[in-house]
Amino acid sequence: MLRMSAVAVSAALALFSLAACGGGAADGKAEPDTLDPAADLSKQTLTLSNWAGYMPEDLPAKFKARTGAAVTITEHATNEEIIAKLTAGGDSGIDVAFVSGQFAQALGEQGLLEPVHADLVPNLKNLYPEATELAYDPGNKVSVPYTWGTTGLCYRKDLTGYEPDSWNDILTPRPALKKKITMLGTERWMLLPAQKALGFSANTQDEGELAKAKEALVKAKPNLLAFDDTTFGDRLKSGEAALVEAWDGWCPTTEKNIAFTVPKEGSDLWVDTMVVLKSSKNKEAAHALINYILDPEVHAWAAQNIMYKVPNQAAMESLDAALVKDYPHLGMSPADLLKQESLVDLGEAAPAYTRIVTEVTAQ
Amino acid sequence: MRSRWAFAPFWLTYLFLYAPIAVLVVMSFNAADTPYTWGGFSTHWYGELASDTKIREGLVNTLIVATGSTVLATVLGTLLAVGMARYTRSKVLGALATLPAILPDLVLAIGLLAFYSAIQATLGLHSVLAAHTVFGMAFVATVVRTRLTHADLSLEEASRDLGAGAFTTFVRITLPGLMPGIVAGALLAFTLSIDEFVIAFFTAGPKDPTLPIVIYSMVRFGVTPEINALATVLLAVSFTAVILVQRVTRLTDSLR
Amino acid sequence: MRTTRRRRLRVEPLVLLGPGLAYLLVFLVVPLGLVLSYTVFQRGRFGGIVYEATAENFTRVADPLYLDVLLHSVKIAGITTLLALALGYPTAYVIAKLPAKWKTLALIAVVLPFWTNFLIRTYAWIVLLNSQGVVNSALGDLGLIDEPLQLLYTDGAIVIGLLYAYLPLMVLPLYSAIERLDPQLGEASANLGAGPVRTFLSVTLPLTLPGVLTGCVFVFVPSLGNFVIPELLGGGHSVMVGNLVRDQFLKARDWPFGSVLALTLIAVLVLLLMAQAWAARRFSGEGDRA
Repeated sequence: MLRMSAVAVSAALALFSLAACGGGAADGKAEPDTLDPAADLSKQTLTLSNWAGYMPEDLPAKFKARTGAAVTITEHATNEEIIAKLTAGGDSGIDVAFVSGQFAQALGEQGLLEPVHADLVPNLKNLYPEATELAYDPGNKVSVPYTWGTTGLCYRKDLTGYEPDSWNDILTPRPALKKKITMLGTERWMLLPAQKALGFSANTQDEGELAKAKEALVKAKPNLLAFDDTTFGDRLKSGEAALVEAWDGWCPTTEKNIAFTVPKEGSDLWVDTMVVLKSSKNKEAAHALINYILDPEVHAWAAQNIMYKVPNQAAMESLDAALVKDYPHLGMSPADLLKQESLVDLGEAAPAYTRIVTEVTAQ
Repeated sequence: MRSRWAFAPFWLTYLFLYAPIAVLVVMSFNAADTPYTWGGFSTHWYGELASDTKIREGLVNTLIVATGSTVLATVLGTLLAVGMARYTRSKVLGALATLPAILPDLVLAIGLLAFYSAIQATLGLHSVLAAHTVFGMAFVATVVRTRLTHADLSLEEASRDLGAGAFTTFVRITLPGLMPGIVAGALLAFTLSIDEFVIAFFTAGPKDPTLPIVIYSMVRFGVTPEINALATVLLAVSFTAVILVQRVTRLTDSLR
Repeated sequence: MRTTRRRRLRVEPLVLLGPGLAYLLVFLVVPLGLVLSYTVFQRGRFGGIVYEATAENFTRVADPLYLDVLLHSVKIAGITTLLALALGYPTAYVIAKLPAKWKTLALIAVVLPFWTNFLIRTYAWIVLLNSQGVVNSALGDLGLIDEPLQLLYTDGAIVIGLLYAYLPLMVLPLYSAIERLDPQLGEASANLGAGPVRTFLSVTLPLTLPGVLTGCVFVFVPSLGNFVIPELLGGGHSVMVGNLVRDQFLKARDWPFGSVLALTLIAVLVLLLMAQAWAARRFSGEGDRA
């Protein structure tokens, strides 16, 4: 028996050191593969991961009819969730992922993304010029923008009794609104109201500024109903909440009393992008899909479907005026958007942000 | 001691356990699309549930994982239990074999995530299946070992004395004697795998979520009466299963 | 004969023990070893592990912030465990004294809710405790409250959710401990003039203490490591150790620090198991568990 234990232990050690060696993922940018523009797309099957309800349901069918490539959709709830899966092991099985710009940047820096082959995506020309030079990925080297927008206040006029216009309306609310407010719970957007109200950058790495932002959030927390990333719209409709921090496209402004506004202190410019994974074996079809989505007609169709702005000039100009009236944020111009601050990956400062979120939620 | 109030906590426990379930079942027949107000009787949400492909795929994935891991766990766990009873009194090995059953699921989950990541394994149903086998095996081994302590070894001796080989003795004598324990252990492993969320959440590939993962994202995106309908169906299935198991194998007896 | 016997002795243990132990080695020992080793390394800029030794992860965990979270989690899991014991002990006691036919039924009825999905059982409490939920509207209809109470997104909601999830794990070991009691012991104690309370405290309780401790471990350990219930019923107002570990692994991508936090879960488990083993030796003279 003793001998068997010895064998077991040495086997464990051997396996362990093997595993440890495999762990060091190579840093740095990946070299582009050679892709065949004439590849037979009907032989390729794409797996695409997107947020639930973030693209028209019949888009895969239409894409298949056009190009022959089949598409399977999987869904993720948050950026963190899909990043965790993409960085967890070997081939995730995902060909194209939809992630926010700063996360695309992080994936790119880890060498997990295939550089965008611009020659395979002629529709890149449809993008607003403003959408090609964003801080997280200047020149769209590893990512292609799908939607963009900002974060602001979404509120029920009948319940607030006034028109909020400042992040301080959330951070230090009027007495009648206490416990009728929600804030986004995802790190960057949880800090955003405090950062902007105090006049800091949304990407700040300054310890003093972060400490002040944290203090403001700690003070704000007792007045919040909850941190909520997903159901704030429903809470406004039901009257459980009166004022919420919301992404522009998810503010249900078609409801009679609900309105959206960007606070006067400014806000962020977020971009949700499409990226092709280095591990994909269907890179030609992946590029074809991105090109298909950038088609003005298709991109406009997506915008009408999900009510988010798309960075596609021809698509935005084709939108129905009545729709823009229902969703006023769709009328925001790229110039207006660029006044907001573009989010970038925090790198070394990421743990500091996580710590603040922990401190705020643990109070 | 026999006074009536002594029964109060007893009834309170059952009220506590069943009131929420009763509310879910009643609300699953609610026509309104908010789970809070009654809008008349309807089976609408069962229709929604039946046509929900995500739930159906999740269910299929869960059944694949549960079946596969139960088979593996039952074979490995049974062999391990018999082997340990015969050849080792090592406390370390004993603790190792029961560890996955008592280890917090989160710890096992991050350990396996770290492991899969380190060997650059592709995540998918197989990675969940392998993970569920770890704790399933611990439960099977534990249940079979309790059965073994009561087992009569003289039959095995007799079989060998009569010239039967080790394999024949194992299949003809040892296994049948252990069968109630093996069945109970397998049922336990299967049930736990079907319900397991945390380990699956960490080790499933993005393409194939199990049913608990699907439910988790549904719940996070707010309350929908469709979940009430799902709860009712799951409850009905477990209820039927319990009655069947009760009738067929007399599970409770075998566990004693 | 001699040779075959010898052969069997060498091959059989390998066939029986080999597969299981090899599996545990690969899927349990190595993963836990990895987590353990990560505690002394550093986080990479975009996640991953940088294999340079550091003690920083351990000094970080001593930070009052994380100690507070740990204490708060212990408090919540502790309250849950005490409530489960308060509810579970009398319940198990009554079940153990029921006639055989009802006993089985009562036991199955305790376990049955356990067989619906864990997330659905948690979801049920969102429906119940919401400000427009069943509890609030019932209280409102009875005229007991004017304004809906804030029930959801509180520590109380987390405790209720955990209690609901793990109560059966308390009842079962208690039942098996009480069931094994010799009824004659109680009679003897009564004959010697001891009242019911005295009998309970000096005879029943000590003899069932191993069962009590098993139940407490079964409820406390998963309560402490749970991250789903604090998230769904706590509304982000309250963080427990489980949330911290999850967030370090899946959000901050700081695996080394997450590993240190996970280590606290293992440490608590080991402490509790030691206490349980001690009590089992001390009070029943036998080390067997439920």
